[in-house]
Amino acid sequence: MKAFWRAFRRNRLALIGGVIVVCLGMLAVLAPTLVRWDPNRLDVKKILDAPSQTHPLGTDQLGRDVLSRMLYGARVSLAVGFVSVGIAALIGIALGSLAGYHGGTMDAMVMRLVDLMLVFPRFFLLLAVLAFLRPSIWTIMTVIGLTGWMSVARLVRAEFLSLKEREFVLWSQSIGASAFRIIWRHILPNAMGPVLVAMTLGIPSAILTESGLSFLGLGVQPPHATWGNILNEGKDAIEIGWWLSVYPGLAILVTVLSYNLLGEGIRDALDPRLRQSVGRIVSRRR
Amino acid sequence: MFGYALRRLVLAIPLLIGITLISFVVIHLAPGEPTEFGTGDTPIQSDKEVRERLIQMYGLDKPLHVQYWTWLTRLIQLDFGRSFSPDARPVLQKIGERLPVTLLLNIIEMMIIVALAIPIGVLSATRQYSTFDKVTTVFVFVGFATPDFWLALMLMILFGVQLEWLPISGLRLPTWEYLSFWRQQWDFVSHLILPILVATFGGLAGFSRYMRQSMLEVIRQDYIQSARAKGLPERAVIAKHALRNALLPIVTVLGLSLPGLIGGSVIVESIFAIPGMGQLMVQAVFERDYPVIMGNLVIVAVLTLVANLIADLTYSLVDPRIRVAARRGRR
Repeated sequence: MKAFWRAFRRNRLALIGGVIVVCLGMLAVLAPTLVRWDPNRLDVKKILDAPSQTHPLGTDQLGRDVLSRMLYGARVSLAVGFVSVGIAALIGIALGSLAGYHGGTMDAMVMRLVDLMLVFPRFFLLLAVLAFLRPSIWTIMTVIGLTGWMSVARLVRAEFLSLKEREFVLWSQSIGASAFRIIWRHILPNAMGPVLVAMTLGIPSAILTESGLSFLGLGVQPPHATWGNILNEGKDAIEIGWWLSVYPGLAILVTVLSYNLLGEGIRDALDPRLRQSVGRIVSRRR
Repeated sequence: MFGYALRRLVLAIPLLIGITLISFVVIHLAPGEPTEFGTGDTPIQSDKEVRERLIQMYGLDKPLHVQYWTWLTRLIQLDFGRSFSPDARPVLQKIGERLPVTLLLNIIEMMIIVALAIPIGVLSATRQYSTFDKVTTVFVFVGFATPDFWLALMLMILFGVQLEWLPISGLRLPTWEYLSFWRQQWDFVSHLILPILVATFGGLAGFSRYMRQSMLEVIRQDYIQSARAKGLPERAVIAKHALRNALLPIVTVLGLSLPGLIGGSVIVESIFAIPGMGQLMVQAVFERDYPVIMGNLVIVAVLTLVANLIADLTYSLVDPRIRVAARRGRR
């Protein structure tokens, strides 16, 4: 842990990423106490006002304050990122450890399932599923999680394949520990490093996906403010209100960038050798 | 080679069946709660009516195995049914019109990405930690983090609205028929510039990163050392010995990234109003045109499968080691 921290601290970019990630989290949590305007308060007299002292980032077509809406949007984006990556990690860890530990038929089946899921372009699959469901923030989180577990599964499997041959595992097997106990208590804790990295790198990808869906009008539905939603509305006012399009996009960019820097920093500090394997498997977009 | 190709083909069969299974599962989300998007521009049919048509079309009131069998036999005959939208045209025909546009866009994107990413990757690997390398690294991180729809909006504001240099929607001007031949060509190209710019941006970042990584690995190998040791000029070492080996993994990555590119066309086509499969998909979701949605999903997945297969075979063609390894029974 100490060695990890020392290595991590030397990476200035990752440190900056981490600080921004923490700040963003705090902004999102504290949003209700920070905003000057109710994000859903309409004001007919202030339709599409340019940024000013009272509305630092301007107002939208309904006269709502863009800054307040963006702060509330941060809550949605981060929540979607965390929950969907949590779901993806649960599925990925379960399937990956089963495949890696048992090998054989189990392994073949899980890996074919992974191959199969990767054959579907993620956006088409997401849209097809969403067409049948009522789009709420929960469905979005679940669906993004269900279509994003493959990289974690591959990673956990790879870790298990090498770890299960180690002495401490053979020793537990020899005294008759159950498969579940060995997986859960002995192997998994040793495989968590790469998983943590994959999760950190998975959050920005989930945020990009959610904002993309909301931008198309198929994600989190109005009047909930999300960065993608604001951009969707901004698109219609593109010739008058540039501020509606510029700021939410910048927010997404900075968030995703910070998470990526943080994730890569953690990876390099954990084990520089991971650079290839995790990077290869994880950094596929959409 | 032939044996290897055959093996890959056989391995693709379970995946094909899997595609039909997963899409079958997706249909089964239907009888629960159908969607209600408030923003659709077209008149939305009532929930009840849609549900009845779905039950009738896919036989959702019959036992599961009968349903799946019906679904499968229809797929094999390439029968995706008729669109639920008022024109009620066969789904296959609708998709057939859109497919060439999406394919064209994706092929152009792919070519541009490869043409730019290889030199960028090689240069930044051979001059690791130089200014060029640092600049491209920054570009890669920003490229990964930039939402493509936002980039599209920004470019539209800049080139479409402020400068008025480029058209921002569709593939042709409404007055296209009255233009001269060369003006027609330019019109088509100018409509493509912004969408392709947006679509290549993220992919370019990823690929140049892979290329750099792959090149860095190869340069450290012993055979590069020996090539240098026997006195070859650095140019020849890089261009002949290193580049060829570094390119190998890229073929696979290219195949793997295809779903991403095709998926990205959903957003690009929607923003720039390009009549491709992505736009068709989004429209179908808004109109709850389920036969079109399912048709799109299956066809896109099969296309990706075929592309992956081609990438696999190409890889084994350029790298004999793969075939030998496969023959020895470890894949």
